[in-house]
This record gives sequence, C-alpha cells and structure tokens, in this order.
Amino acid sequence: MNTALSWIKEYVPELTCTDQEYCDRMTLTGTKVEGYERLDKNLEKIVVGEIVKIEKHPDADKLIVCQVNIGTEEIQIVTGAPNVKEGDKVPVVLDGGKVAGGHDGGPLPEEGIKIKAGKLRGVPSGGMMCSIEELGSSRDMYPEAPEDGIYILHKEAVPGEDAIALLGLHDTVFEYEITSNRVDCYSVLGIAREAAATFDKPFVPPVVTVKENDEDVNDYISVEVQDTDLCTRYCARVCTNIKIGPSPEWMQRRLAASGIRPINNLVDITNYVMEEYGQPMHAFDLDTIAGKKIIVRRAKDGDEFQTLDGQVRKLDKDILMICDAEKEIGIAGIMGGENSKITDEVKTVLFEAACFNGPNIRKSAKRIGLRTDASGKFEKGLDPRNARAAIDRACQLIQELGCGEVTKGCVDVCVPLNPLLLLPFEPDKYNALLGTEVEKQHMLNIFEQLEIKPIANSCGDIALEIPSFRQDILRMVDLAEEVARFYGYDKIPVTLPNSTSTTGKLSFKLRVEQKARDIAEYCGFSQGMSYSFESPKVFDKLCLAKDDKARDAITIANPLGEDFSIMRTIPLNGMLTSLSTNYNRRNKDVRLYELGNIYIPKALPLTELPDERMQFTLGFYGEGDFYTLKGVVEEFLESIGMKEKCIYNPDAGKRFLHPGRQAAVSYKGTAIGYLGEVHPEVCDNYDIGTKVYVAVLDMPVILPFASFERKYEGIAKYPAVSRDISMVVPKTVLAGEIEAVLVQRGGKLLESYRLFDVYEGGQIKEGCKSMAYSVSFRAKDRTLEEADITGAMKKILNGLEQLGAQLRQ
Amino acid sequence: MKEKLSQIRAHAIAQIENSDALEKLNEVRVNILGKKGELTAVLKSMKDVAPEERPKVGQMVNETREEIERLLETAKKKMESAAREARMKAEVIDVTLPAKKNVIGHRHPNTIALEEVERIFVGMGYEVVEGPEVERDYYNFEALNIPADHPAKDEQDTFYIAGDILLRTQTSSIQIREMEKGRMPIRMLAPGRVFRADEVDATHSPSFHQVEGLVIDKNITFADLKGTLAEFAKELFGEETKVKFRPHHFPFTEPSAEMDVTCFKCGGKGCRFCKGSGWIEILGCGMVHPHVLEMCNINPEEYTGFAFGVGLERIALLKYEIDDMRLLYENDIRFLKQF
Repeated sequence: MNTALSWIKEYVPELTCTDQEYCDRMTLTGTKVEGYERLDKNLEKIVVGEIVKIEKHPDADKLIVCQVNIGTEEIQIVTGAPNVKEGDKVPVVLDGGKVAGGHDGGPLPEEGIKIKAGKLRGVPSGGMMCSIEELGSSRDMYPEAPEDGIYILHKEAVPGEDAIALLGLHDTVFEYEITSNRVDCYSVLGIAREAAATFDKPFVPPVVTVKENDEDVNDYISVEVQDTDLCTRYCARVCTNIKIGPSPEWMQRRLAASGIRPINNLVDITNYVMEEYGQPMHAFDLDTIAGKKIIVRRAKDGDEFQTLDGQVRKLDKDILMICDAEKEIGIAGIMGGENSKITDEVKTVLFEAACFNGPNIRKSAKRIGLRTDASGKFEKGLDPRNARAAIDRACQLIQELGCGEVTKGCVDVCVPLNPLLLLPFEPDKYNALLGTEVEKQHMLNIFEQLEIKPIANSCGDIALEIPSFRQDILRMVDLAEEVARFYGYDKIPVTLPNSTSTTGKLSFKLRVEQKARDIAEYCGFSQGMSYSFESPKVFDKLCLAKDDKARDAITIANPLGEDFSIMRTIPLNGMLTSLSTNYNRRNKDVRLYELGNIYIPKALPLTELPDERMQFTLGFYGEGDFYTLKGVVEEFLESIGMKEKCIYNPDAGKRFLHPGRQAAVSYKGTAIGYLGEVHPEVCDNYDIGTKVYVAVLDMPVILPFASFERKYEGIAKYPAVSRDISMVVPKTVLAGEIEAVLVQRGGKLLESYRLFDVYEGGQIKEGCKSMAYSVSFRAKDRTLEEADITGAMKKILNGLEQLGAQLRQ
Repeated sequence: MKEKLSQIRAHAIAQIENSDALEKLNEVRVNILGKKGELTAVLKSMKDVAPEERPKVGQMVNETREEIERLLETAKKKMESAAREARMKAEVIDVTLPAKKNVIGHRHPNTIALEEVERIFVGMGYEVVEGPEVERDYYNFEALNIPADHPAKDEQDTFYIAGDILLRTQTSSIQIREMEKGRMPIRMLAPGRVFRADEVDATHSPSFHQVEGLVIDKNITFADLKGTLAEFAKELFGEETKVKFRPHHFPFTEPSAEMDVTCFKCGGKGCRFCKGSGWIEILGCGMVHPHVLEMCNINPEEYTGFAFGVGLERIALLKYEIDDMRLLYENDIRFLKQF
C-alpha cells in the first residue's frame, strides 16, 4: 500500500518528523515501511517564472528565446518547447539547480540532472523551464500537464515563489507492508491511527456530515439480500443531478501517489473513499437498474455475465451477484457489469457499500480468474460497521465537491451486528507473557490511543471494549501484543529461559547421517542437493521396466510444470543430472553425494502419508572405478559400527546399471543398497560421455545395524603366521566365493586375508585367472605351532579345490 | 717404557689426524689397539717388566689406550657428522613445489549453515528432531491456527497431493507433532525441506530449507525469546552483532516479530548489501499462540513458549555472499569446492 505522507498528516495534524524517523518508528510499532520516495528528490532552485516576452531564435527554427521574470530579476531562457506563450507562469530551474529527469519521462537518474547557464546555438540561456516529467512526476499525477511541453502553472502563481511547493511536491510517498491480520490498516485512516499512536499525537478523523436534499432514497431504490451468509450488510445511497468532470487537484494527486489513476470526479471519489476507509464501493447508473430494486443472491451454475471490462465470465452457484428486478448487474465485491456501468451521461448514481463474505470473495475471484482492488480488500473480511461510514463519506464528497446532490437517507440492509467484544484488562498477564513491568496506566494510555475503551464495572474491574475495526484482537495475548508494540519491542528486556534444563542432542538418525557426510567427504565426495520432485519422464531416462515399482510415484496435484510433477522414488535422477551438469561444463573428476528422501507411497492415490526413506547416494566420474566406490561404501559401514563383511550379489537386477558391473549389497542377510557402473544407454540419456559409477544406500534399513558403541579388543600379544596361497581358478569363480571358503575353513585361527594378485592372460590357461592371497593366522592366547597352521591350511586348500582351483606351488 | 708409550701415543695422534675416511680410522685402531697392534705388543711385553713396576706401567698403558680410543671416537664422530652434512646438502628439495593433497570433498553450504545453527542450539539444550515432508493439512495449517479459509493459506502457495495431504510449506508442522507428544518441557530444533509453488529464479526456489525452533515451559516470556535469539545471532554472525525485533504477524504466534541483525558487511552503517538500512532480516518468531497450545492439549494458563523459523538458504546466501539461489541446486563442483 502506497500513501503520501501529506494525506496521513491530514488526520494527524501535529505529526512532525523526518521521513526516516517516520519510516523507522512506524516499522517498530508494526506498520512496516518497505520504502519511501521523496517527490522533491533532486528538485533544486526551481521557482515560478513569468514569461514576459518571446522572440524567435536567430539561428534555429525550433527554438525560441524567452525573457522570464523570476521575481528578483528577469532572465533569458532558450527553449524548444512548443506550448509556451507570453504571460504564462512556469516552473523555472535556475543556474546551478537540479531537475529529477529528462523530458522523455524515462527512468530517473539517481543523482538527478544539474542545470547550468550556457548558450543554445549561440544565444545565452540562464536556466530551464520544466515539463512535469523533468520534475520527476507524470501526467498520471498531473493530468492537466501537456503531453509534450512545459508545465503551465495557474495564473495566481507569484514569480520567484517555490514552484515545487506550489505543485505539492514537497511530499513523500511511503510504501507499507500490511500484515494480513490488520485489515484496518489497508486504509489511510487505519495507518494514520497507527501513526498517531506511534508518535503519541492526536488522531483527527474526518468529520462526516452529509448535506442531503429533500428527496427520499427509498423512492429511488429498495434492497433485498437473499443470501445473508455471503452478505452481512448492504448500504445503498442515491445521488442525483450528477455532473461528471475532473476531481480537484488535491484528490487527483493523492490518488496518483497511491498508484490510482484519476479518471473523473465520480470514479475518483469512490476510489478515494476506498483508500481512505479501506471500504470498496461501487457506483451504478441508477437509470440502468430495472424495477428500482437491488437483489443480492447467488448466481446459478452455468450462468454467464459480462463485466464492465467487456469480458464474459462464467458463473456458478457459489458466486454472489448483485441483481436488479430483472437481471444481474454486478459480481458482488469483484466487478460491476457492463450493463450498469457509469458513463459520462450518467444523471443518477446508486452507491453501494457492502460487507461480503471474505473467503467466498477470495475463492470466487480465483475461480473467475479476476482479482480486483475491491476483491483484494473484501477477501480479508471487512468490518461491517465501516460500510456505513464509508458510504456517507462518499456522499459528503459528492455534495461538497459539486459532483451532485445527495438524497435523504440510506437503505441499509444488515444482519444484526455482533456487539463489540469485551475483554478483561489483565495487566499482570501481559507483563508475565512479555517479561516486562509495564505500568497499568501506561497500558491504559496505549489502549486509549488505539480506541480500545476501558469500561469499569461496579466492582471496579476494568473491561476493554475492542473497536469493531480491530478484528484481530480476540484474547489476552492480542492485547499483550498491543502493549508490547507501543511500549516498544526494543524496551522489552533480554533474558534467557530460566527453567528446567534439557539435554541438547541430535537424534541417532541424524548422527548416522552426519557420519555419512564425513566419510563421503574424506573420500573426496562433495555434497549435492537436488529437488524432491521431478519429471515422470525420468523413469524412461533411467530405462526402468514398464512394470517397475519405482514408477508408482506420488503426483503433485498442482505442480509448477510436468518437470516438477512427481515425488522421486529413486534418487538417481538428481545425481545423474548433477553429474551431467558438471560433465558438460568440462569439470574433471567429479565426485558427489546426496542425502535426501525418496517418497514411497503405501497406496495410490495417497490416503496415508508415504514412506519417506533417506537415501545416501554417491556418484562420480573420472578417476576411480567400481572398487573405489565399493571402498567408500565399506568405509562408511565400518564407521557406523557395521564390521561384518557385506555380501555383494552381482545379480542386482538394475536396468540402469551395467549388467556385468553391478552388485546388490546385503548385510547380515538384509538388502541395504546397490552400486555399479551406470548403463551406457542411461549415460547417453543424461548426455554424459564417460563412465559413471553410483551407489545407493537405503538408510532406514541400515540404522538398526548402526552403532557408535566401541569396545577395546586388546592388541595381539602372540605373533601371527602368514601363508601365501597362489592358485588358478576358472574366471567364473568370484573372489567372494574364495573368501567365503577362507573364512569358513580357516576357523577361529584365521585372522585376516588379503588378495594381492589377480592376473589373466599370458601363461594362464584360457578361461582361467590366477589369484594369490596372503592368509594370516593368530591365536589370542598362545604362539601357534606348525601343526595348527598345517591343519587350517589343509582345510582351506581342500575347500578351494572343490571350487575348481588349481593350486600353484 | 714410558718413552715407548708416548711414542705410540704421538704416532697414533698423527695417524688419526691424517685419516680422512672411516676405514682409515679403523686401520689406525687395528694397528695400535688390535691383537697385533703396537699397544697390545707393549702389554704383551709386560712380563719383562719388574713386578714392582707392573701396576704403574699397566696403568700407564691403560691410560694411553683410553686416550687413543677417545681420540678415535672423537675423530669418528666428526667424520660421520661431516658425511651427514654432505649428504643432506645433496638432498635439498624445492619446498615451493606443489603439495600432494588428499582430495577431500566439500559440504553443501546449506549443511554448513545448518550445522552452525544446530551447534548453537544443541549447546543451549535443544534436541534436533525431524518430521515428514509430505504432511497433512492439519499439521501444516489447521493446528497452526490457519483454518480452511484463512488468507495465509494463499500467501504460501501450497503444493497439494490428494485429499488433505500436501507438501509441507513450513517446518512449523514439526512443532505440532512435538507438542502432541505431551512431554514437557520442550526445547526442539527441527530442520527440514519445505515446498512452495514459487518459480525458480535468483531468489526463489520451489524447494528450500527451514529450521524451526520451539521452547515450551512454565514462565517462558517474550524477553526469553529476545535473549535466546540475540545469543543465536551473536554466535552465528559475530559478537558485535546487534538485533532488532519488529512486530509482525504469524497466525501461530502472538505476539509475533521479525528479527533483523546488523548488517555483517558494513556493521550497521548502511551499504549496498543491506540496501542502505544497516539491517538484514533474518527470521520470524513469536510467543506460541494459546490456541495452538490448546489444540495440542497444552494448557496455556500453565505453559507458554516461543517459536522461531529461519530460512537456511537465506542464512547461507547471506553468510557466504552467494548471489543466486539456483547455484545451491546445480551442484557444480566449482561452486561446492568453495565451502
């Protein structure tokens, strides 16, 4: 909301402060000032000049030479403006002064434009006559200004006077951010009331008295509200003998400063009152209203209606309409109809100020796809008591500004108004909540400024009567906030909770995730983050089977677009997209990880909350291979206390991975994730021209195995004995199978084993590979004897032979 | 005899002095002290010495031997140290050659910011908890005092799934889940992803992170809220940081406030970073609305509390001076490496 300070000052006449003070103090009491703009910014040394004489420029057809009286002297100014004549009074910027902008009305330069005396085509010019654009304003605010030329001041202007003051430009427009609970502050009066309380100055609202003629409004109109649930009050007044013309300059400027284009006296008055009171009004041409009757009722499904912007709108039974005896003439609270719109020929006007159901207006406006200034105000839920005040104010202005006559009375159809809310005055509770010691009287003073009336009962208890425009004040805490705002948030003490102590901690799940981050980073992986929603096309991109369960994804009903329309069920798209971004930006050796949820529906469509599963995803390209990633996985598992060997099953069944380079990982018989090289087709789909490796660990299944408990197992006292086993095995035998034999047959004495050589080709038989292990034995309680070793080795070698291994000497 | 000994001694000294290698020193040792050495020969000839002279001569021989051994040892040490010096001279390296670094990954700036926030509040006794991202309307809106027709529902453009299920728009939903557990007192910190239907641009993202804080106990005051958040701001942005609380409105707190901190770039003097104001808006907070407490079966006459919500991306963008939010979700390694 934008408002000129001069308008606020009309209701708080004693308000004196700098713009910055106003901005700061209003913000600190809760009326946040987003910014402000001085209308006289960069306007310096600009006075009224009277053009005494005009001559042609000797050397330029399009220039003229003017002698201008600036009060103290006469100066010569050369101009190209076509619209000036002798005797005109114009704004003149003197030598060394400044104007705000160029005559083209383009964006204003930050520092303005300096004006110096000089020569134009050889003729001296001691200043410049200004257009409204050069004064930093526009024809919206000054519609009387010529389209292209110098602004002509009114005849009474005195040469030498401050032209900026004359134009009312010594003013500042403030932009406010009003919170949704303060409907009353979407009005100049509401803000002025806050300003008065903030600066502790009297608030002087306009005195509304309507001079009526002798005609009775009831002879012109009757009102019937059929759907009182959607319209709690409907006020109608009639003005006759309407004379359409421009509204006064002060009104035009205030509207323009608020961002509303002045149109004519009638439209301007309704807009002015809407700004001033926050109450939208509508004006109908009474001669277009059939049967002298207004009926407020719901539309029917499928009805159509042409609004005054010429568009045809589709209606339904929840949209409230304003109708006459025969037809619909307006969509309540949103926009009037083409059929009853005001034209310049209007003679008699019907004013409407009503109170419609806020949520209904909001939803209706949304369905119709038409949000107007009026609907924006109605949807917040207006104070029904305000409607009458506003319509009277509009009629007052009609009469005072000579726009027409006002008939006697107001047709006011209103469901019984709720009585004003009474709340007990509870100063101790306010102080207890705030942690303050504000005096009772201070609180009462604050309430008085806010028009919250203390009413003492016979027992001496005080109740507070909440004014109807303060729909946000409902209980004790709301009053405590009023005290806090005007006592000053900055004056409230600063303390720390003085209560039961609690243990600060991270949940176990978060600790495990922290470990995952640590290990990934030690291993060179950087943390990425990707969106939780993605395109349904990713399943094809990842070559998932048509019946893959991962395709059963949760769909967002109102996504930002198809690309963000489903909740991910698999974390790989984000990872591959990020790797692709890096690859295509020619970043080398990129290693990323992500910790993020996937969302697995229990049933579709969703009736229960889905299973949100944290996935630890690793991915990289460049230096490294499958085993690099396998190493990271094992480092992580060990770091969270999962010391047992994982089983890697090459038949992971992942279509997005290389069929010969993938493994399902299980721990103690439970599947915990998978890893592998990304299928070249998938790499193509992601536009990555190199090998990519990924690993995905399903954290919820890992958590029960994880532990941060550690126990010292002692350092071996007796020596270890190691033996090397060298063998040739068929290629199809996996290292995992050989190791299973080592573990199983090596028994308790086997301490560790290590693969130190794998070799294929050369002297090795076709279809076979040579493998060599170093096996280490140790007992905790004694030095091993040769017989122990021989026994264990024999068992191992037997087992290996069963696998088809030929031992090499 | 005496003469002979001093002759041997002089001879030995001369030989030691002439030795220029360890092998030569060894030769000297063998020649003089060895089995067939000159001094050994003297010892062997002791039998020719008169018995009463023997102790005296023996002592003289021993003294000579010890002296020669000492001299040999000194010469040896000197020689070894010279050799070491020479070797080290040859081993000079160029210390300005590049370092051999272990490649270590980098945390996402969001996470760094989150861990900072967690560190501060865990230190103040807060427990870090989580809640579902796909949430029910009740937890995201209704229980937070945002009933069906509340305009605030429009302010936060919500992604809906089906029925009353939606993507949470605020981590405040976790407050409700925590309060429902009925365990008092509460000091919780709840970080998490939230979603709002904003198109992607330099300052908006349809998915971002918040951290929610909640304290419920007896006698918690607005002053406590101010004190706690002032401490937080100092920890996060530096000891000199000042805070300012401005009245604001949130449906689930009353009174409500927004907190500004002094601009950490200019220290509050006003610069381009803070748009000249000297202040930067950081978070929203307030005293938990009594109706919210009531809906969670907590008696507002007995318990009060405060809540606050911080945008993690906002902290990360401000703290690390990142000028475009999109960078946070692109995962370009050149960006991530800077944290």
